Amino acid sequence: MSALRPIGRRMLTALPSVAGVIVVTFLLTRVLPGDTAAYFAGPAATPAAIAEIRAKLGLDQPLPVQFLHYVVDLVHGNFGNSLTTGQPVLSDMLARLPASAELIFIALFLAIVIAVPLGILAALYERSWIDHLCRVVATAGVSLPVFFTGLLLVYVFYYLLGWSPSPIGRIDVFATAPNTITGFYLIDTLIARDADAFRAAFSQLILPSLTLAIFALAPIARMTRGAMLSVLGSEFVRTARAAGLSPYTVVITYAFRNAVLPVITTLGMVFSFLLGASVLVEKVYAWPGIGSYAVEALIVSDYAPVQGFVLVMAVLYLLLNLGIDIVYGLIDPRIGLEG
Amino acid sequence: MKRRTFLATTAVLAAPAIQGTARAQSRAETLLIVSESGPNNLDIHGVGTNVPGYEVSWNCYDRLLTHASKTLENGMPYYDRDKIIPELAEDFTVGDMSATFKLKKDAVFQDGTPVTAKDVKWSLDRAVSVGGFPTFQMKAGSLEKPEQFVVVDDRTIRVDFLRKDRLTIPDLAVIVPCVMNSELVKKNATAEDPWGLNYTKQNTAGSGAYKVTKWTPGTEVILERNDAWKAGKLPAIKRVIWRMVPSSGNRRALLQRGDADISYDLPSKDFAEMKAEGKLKLMSTPYSNGIQYIGMNVTKPPFDNLKVRQAVAYAIPYRQIMDIVLFGLAKPMFGGDGKVSQPIWPQPHGFNTDLDKAKALMKDAGYADGFDTTMSFDLGFADVNEPICVLTQESLAKIGIRATLNKIPGANWRTELNKKTMPLYTNVFSGWLDYPEYFFFWCYHGQNSVFNTMSYQSPTMDKLIGDARTAAAVGDTPDYTKDVEGFVDLAFADIPRVPLYQPYVNVAMQQNISGYEYWFHRRLDYRTLVKA
Repeated sequence: MSALRPIGRRMLTALPSVAGVIVVTFLLTRVLPGDTAAYFAGPAATPAAIAEIRAKLGLDQPLPVQFLHYVVDLVHGNFGNSLTTGQPVLSDMLARLPASAELIFIALFLAIVIAVPLGILAALYERSWIDHLCRVVATAGVSLPVFFTGLLLVYVFYYLLGWSPSPIGRIDVFATAPNTITGFYLIDTLIARDADAFRAAFSQLILPSLTLAIFALAPIARMTRGAMLSVLGSEFVRTARAAGLSPYTVVITYAFRNAVLPVITTLGMVFSFLLGASVLVEKVYAWPGIGSYAVEALIVSDYAPVQGFVLVMAVLYLLLNLGIDIVYGLIDPRIGLEG
Repeated sequence: MKRRTFLATTAVLAAPAIQGTARAQSRAETLLIVSESGPNNLDIHGVGTNVPGYEVSWNCYDRLLTHASKTLENGMPYYDRDKIIPELAEDFTVGDMSATFKLKKDAVFQDGTPVTAKDVKWSLDRAVSVGGFPTFQMKAGSLEKPEQFVVVDDRTIRVDFLRKDRLTIPDLAVIVPCVMNSELVKKNATAEDPWGLNYTKQNTAGSGAYKVTKWTPGTEVILERNDAWKAGKLPAIKRVIWRMVPSSGNRRALLQRGDADISYDLPSKDFAEMKAEGKLKLMSTPYSNGIQYIGMNVTKPPFDNLKVRQAVAYAIPYRQIMDIVLFGLAKPMFGGDGKVSQPIWPQPHGFNTDLDKAKALMKDAGYADGFDTTMSFDLGFADVNEPICVLTQESLAKIGIRATLNKIPGANWRTELNKKTMPLYTNVFSGWLDYPEYFFFWCYHGQNSVFNTMSYQSPTMDKLIGDARTAAAVGDTPDYTKDVEGFVDLAFADIPRVPLYQPYVNVAMQQNISGYEYWFHRRLDYRTLVKA
């Protein structure tokens, strides 16, 4: 119980931030240029038709009234309706969040699996070819824009070589999407024991997650290398070496465990970057994720999805930070949640 | 036990093979369309239904009337504007002040209930009553009140005319007056939503050739053929999968790799390159009754001065726009002989790029030193608008007009147009109903609709347009010819807007796809498409 109390307290401090986010997103979307009613009245609308639509959408009410309606709806779990897709925002988000999450988790996993060993090796063999490789990969990763890497991968692996399936979303057109249980296609296809669909979903994931992973590699690899370098040069590592411990124990148990904290911080940051970068990847690969959803809504001044998106993202960030704090505590007991 | 395990294993092993053949078979009967955006509503009567939504409505609902097909000189199948044929109707007679339609007797809705005159009346009532775009479109054909639609008997419906209007019958063949299963929709209507708009937003309830079986907004639409369709020949395509692929580069790659069957909103550059490669079947048709133009606000200086407007018309780099922006994929609307000798629209005007003449006109107008202004465009179509404006800006600078570019987000464009304060801008207008007087009524008439973006006012123009409408309604050809030639001539003389070109609808498809036909709404008609 006592371990949960600080977590609860942390959550409470997050409440004002959420309230702030609600107010700011509401105001921001109203201040943005663009008249929703005029846009949706269609190409041949008269001012009367536009006014009619404005009344239908409740946009003719004064701002405080609109805000009140918005908050009351939120409390009832009603995020409003998206005008672009015509669906309730909540169901749109629930349908699309797993798509983005699946992509981002796999990308992050790929990035960690590649970047952490690369960073460790680069630190162990400083100024060797592997250190240079790490530097080149990191520089390339940060300097290539995501949409460019995405298009390049599509061009090479789909258009030229034909190895990858068509970049047309989460699953091949002719494969049947699994019944939604978790929303993660890889898991749902396994639950449904549909090997074909699993393969189809998996092969669709490879290029987009690779695109994102390339982007995420750089900071993780550089941070691992940097942290490892400083730890490897410290006295307790020298002592461990002198005591004749095996290189594995020295590097992983002693050095890496102490170097991992800054890496975790970076992971948190990278994860939030990925949420942003995934917008572009989703565009390139026609991925029905939450980022492309919000951007499309923003382009047509469709308020509700944008508000919903920002709100969900804000909550995700808060949870993410909380998660990182907890992990900190587990890795290094000296750090308490109170700090 | 062993036998059972064996059976289970073979079943598991065999399953993919069976699925494999089924998949190959379904691929042959399935059409895969990729486009940038998808519908936001399956019902054209809905609030703010977008253009992709029109395509769903067109294919899933029937109307009383439709257009026959003709073949253009270049071999392109094209809807026949002048030949209107029955669709859901078996036959129809047009009287002096009304038209009577006899319904096909075996026509049924997709749930099996027969189509009756009651359904037709309810649907037409709905179109003129829901407000917004559908009601507005009905009005364009003088279809305004529910009292105009009279049920004569179960299979006969009469449409009474409010006034003589040549556009009434064509307006019954556009997308809006679609016939719905009234009982089914009414069952799903509520007190706040008496027309059942929430139901038809998500479900198709028609008698049409296709029905939507799955719709994931923003991702895909799946349509299946309605095998009980009675209003025409059973379509060849059994299933249509329509996927949204936002990146145009990927749409092109999908086509070139042979994975997608058809796509129709590719940038001109991609289209021109694919044409040069010659691997795919590419169809380009000019927008019927549509023109991209450069407009000027005639109510305020300096564009209230005719000489300045003429100078602009002489300074626009027409050729460059055609070659650099459109890669030749548009029909030029400039460089004619300057004489209006035919009652047709669109037709080219007599201006050409001639900077010396433009400079002289600027001097005559008292602007020898030029002036500063802003040139606005809609960012929603930036791939065409931006280069047009940049080229024009450069050219205008040579005659002393210093224009700064004003990029307006797509969502805001219509609001800005409505304000009618932009001095100089580029825009596009196209009308479903392909008649000169229809275009001019919206774009040049003194009633000052949102499309008269120049705020142009001319009593002579208004009279010519009005006379042309009357002449058309009573079938007075000599008068009609004179009036249409008159207003086109006046539009070129006063030049409040400078037509640039007629845009093309560019459709790219695999070689084994045939049966594509151009329609006034410019969307795909799945019913005639065939996959070999």
